[in-house]
Amino acid sequence: MGSTNSTLSKIPNVEELMRETGFSPAHIVRLYDRFESLDKEKTGHLRPEDFGAINRLAMNPIGDRIIGAFFSSGQDTVDFHSFVRILAHFRPAENNRPRDPSLPEPVNSRISKLKFAFQLYDLDKDGKISRAELLQVLRSMMEMQVTEEQLESIADRTIQEADLDRDDAISFEEFRKVPLGDTLTLTQQRVASK
Amino acid sequence: MDGRCTHAVLLLLCLGSCLSLTPPAQPFVRQEKASGLGSNSSKGGLSLDVPMALRVFSVDYYHVQAPFEIVLWIMLASLAKLGFHWSGRLPAVVPESCLLIMVGLLVGGVIYGVRHSAPPTLSADAFFLFLLPPIVLDAGYFLPGKLFFENLGTILWYAVLGTLWNVLGIGVCLYGVCLLASGSLGDVSLLHCLLFSSLIAAVDPVAVLSVFQEIHVNEQLHILVFGESLLNDAVTVVLYKLFESFLRLPVVTGVDVLLGGCRVLGVGLGGLGVGLFFGLVAALTSRFTSRAQVIAPLFVFLYSYLSYLTSEMLHLSGIMAIVTCAVTMKQYVEANLSERSNTSIQYFLKMWSSVSETLIFIFLGVSTIQDVHMWSWAFVCSTLLLCLLWRATGVILLTAVVNKVRRNVVTFRDQFIIAYGGLRGAICFSLVFLIDDFPKKRLFITTTIVVILFTVFVQGMTIKPLVELLEVKRRKRNLPTVSEEIHSRLLDHLLAGIEDVVGYWGQHYWKDKFEQFNQRYLCRFLIREERQARSSIVRVYQELERRDERADEEHITQLDSNLLSSLLSSMLFNSPCLFSHFLF
Repeated sequence: MGSTNSTLSKIPNVEELMRETGFSPAHIVRLYDRFESLDKEKTGHLRPEDFGAINRLAMNPIGDRIIGAFFSSGQDTVDFHSFVRILAHFRPAENNRPRDPSLPEPVNSRISKLKFAFQLYDLDKDGKISRAELLQVLRSMMEMQVTEEQLESIADRTIQEADLDRDDAISFEEFRKVPLGDTLTLTQQRVASK
Repeated sequence: MDGRCTHAVLLLLCLGSCLSLTPPAQPFVRQEKASGLGSNSSKGGLSLDVPMALRVFSVDYYHVQAPFEIVLWIMLASLAKLGFHWSGRLPAVVPESCLLIMVGLLVGGVIYGVRHSAPPTLSADAFFLFLLPPIVLDAGYFLPGKLFFENLGTILWYAVLGTLWNVLGIGVCLYGVCLLASGSLGDVSLLHCLLFSSLIAAVDPVAVLSVFQEIHVNEQLHILVFGESLLNDAVTVVLYKLFESFLRLPVVTGVDVLLGGCRVLGVGLGGLGVGLFFGLVAALTSRFTSRAQVIAPLFVFLYSYLSYLTSEMLHLSGIMAIVTCAVTMKQYVEANLSERSNTSIQYFLKMWSSVSETLIFIFLGVSTIQDVHMWSWAFVCSTLLLCLLWRATGVILLTAVVNKVRRNVVTFRDQFIIAYGGLRGAICFSLVFLIDDFPKKRLFITTTIVVILFTVFVQGMTIKPLVELLEVKRRKRNLPTVSEEIHSRLLDHLLAGIEDVVGYWGQHYWKDKFEQFNQRYLCRFLIREERQARSSIVRVYQELERRDERADEEHITQLDSNLLSSLLSSMLFNSPCLFSHFLF
């Protein structure tokens, strides 16, 4: 389509980007439009304030962490390529293709997604979620619903459940082992089986 | 229920141990109940007072006949269920439903032998008004909400389109068969075939529940089959009533068909609306029950049943109403009520639905023994084949379309189980009895019974080995942990945030929006002051802490040498404190 091609031609190195991230041309164009609408001053870069202008993101309990994840250490601007690379983590994974183990891990595989989530906890990037970091996450997610004591006991319990090597912190390997996606909350558990 | 037969059998036992001299020959002879004081009932000229000496014992069966027989049937059902669980290896191989039907067949046979005429049948009213609601309420109350809503689109797709496909396909093909075999089946019209197919095509929630209970497939598959069986009620009800009213109309026009289509929507949404209304009212009522905690569980049952009855009264889908009511009120009621009340609700629901289910299957068995059978090889066999065929093709076609939009693809193995798990049950049975009488009605009844027995026995018994053979993904039996809950909440927030960045109003956007609305308005209105705003993480944590406490308490009471107290406290798992008070 004419408009797609014209937009694509505005983006430098777009083929490489598509190959690296796996997004289709239509997706890239959509993301570029979104990028431009966020970039109010048309600098070609996004700053944390531009993200903060998204109202709903501001209300998200971990909104600031998500914004932080876009800006890898040191930088305070995000260009379009980095923007798309981060979002590529969230493309649906293709499970059916047999993977060639010699190729690098695709950016949207389950492991990559888990690594991304892990980084949201591990703000100081030491590879482990310490008790203090966990407390911070819990505090931001549960805000004013619980007392400080309860927060501490919940954090203790979480570490107790997940920490297998008893170093009082959750490493990425231990984080991976937590079964996700099949969670049944307790209110659904059957009291007595028939 | 016609009780004369059971009366005969059981009275024999009573009389054997009774010292009464006069057998109750006619209902109009009232015996004087001797209460030891020689009370001479001066009830006017109603009874034929045969002058007799003061009786020490006498039997007045007719006074208690109705409740007595009901209790005896329930007792029979429960003892059968008990016996089933004690019968060694049998439960692993044969699903409970099959055994209960066989017991019913046996009892029906015995009654037929004694009485030489048909045993009592399952009356449609008793089924729809008393036996079905507890099961559906139980199912709705324990429905895994999150999973259900995530898969709602797919479930509706299967329920509405799948049922329509089945009904039309089976109906038209059956009509073709009737035309081919016009010698014996010539007087079955197209509308009759469509009416029949509308009741036979629907998957039955009771049968599905009882069989899938025991095979533990992965939750997604379970919710797809089960959700479909619940939601297709709206379509079935409308189509059945539609074809029934078409049969009574002299001429059917296109407008009528169009109106019928609108009615599907109306019935479904109407049932939903009624359920929502009663659910919210129930939640509100539960807010004020803190001073009368003992009757709090009663409100849950009353409001749910009321929603069912109201929608049945308005010819809407009762099943949808009661499921919606249960799903709506659950989170608010659980927050408002004490732990003991919540436990009582759960236990009562389980108990009632269990009794209902058992009774339904036994009566299915008993009602099979009848005088009214009419057999036709062509009709019966073709119905069976068509049911299987159309269901299989329907599932394959629909899944092919829906997989393009779904995140978690429905695999071929899952599809096979969905198609194979389409069991028919007591709903078809009751509906077929309600058809207006016409020459081939008996044929329909016989065919329905055959289809039900086939699906429950053949499909029910073989589905477990097939699941193992095909290595269908099974349910993971993990205990929930706080870490899981925290991580999944974080992921929810993360995905919602990413959707905001991209500017995409996806599933998580709507979920988030609903959660906010819920927290801001509904919870504040419907939940008690001091119980407000419990994050799911906190709930999971508190539940786990409670379990640990109970485990500790159990340990302590079991260390005590009193065997009885430890037995009791382990039976009533949730309230050992109550009993230990009584015993120490």
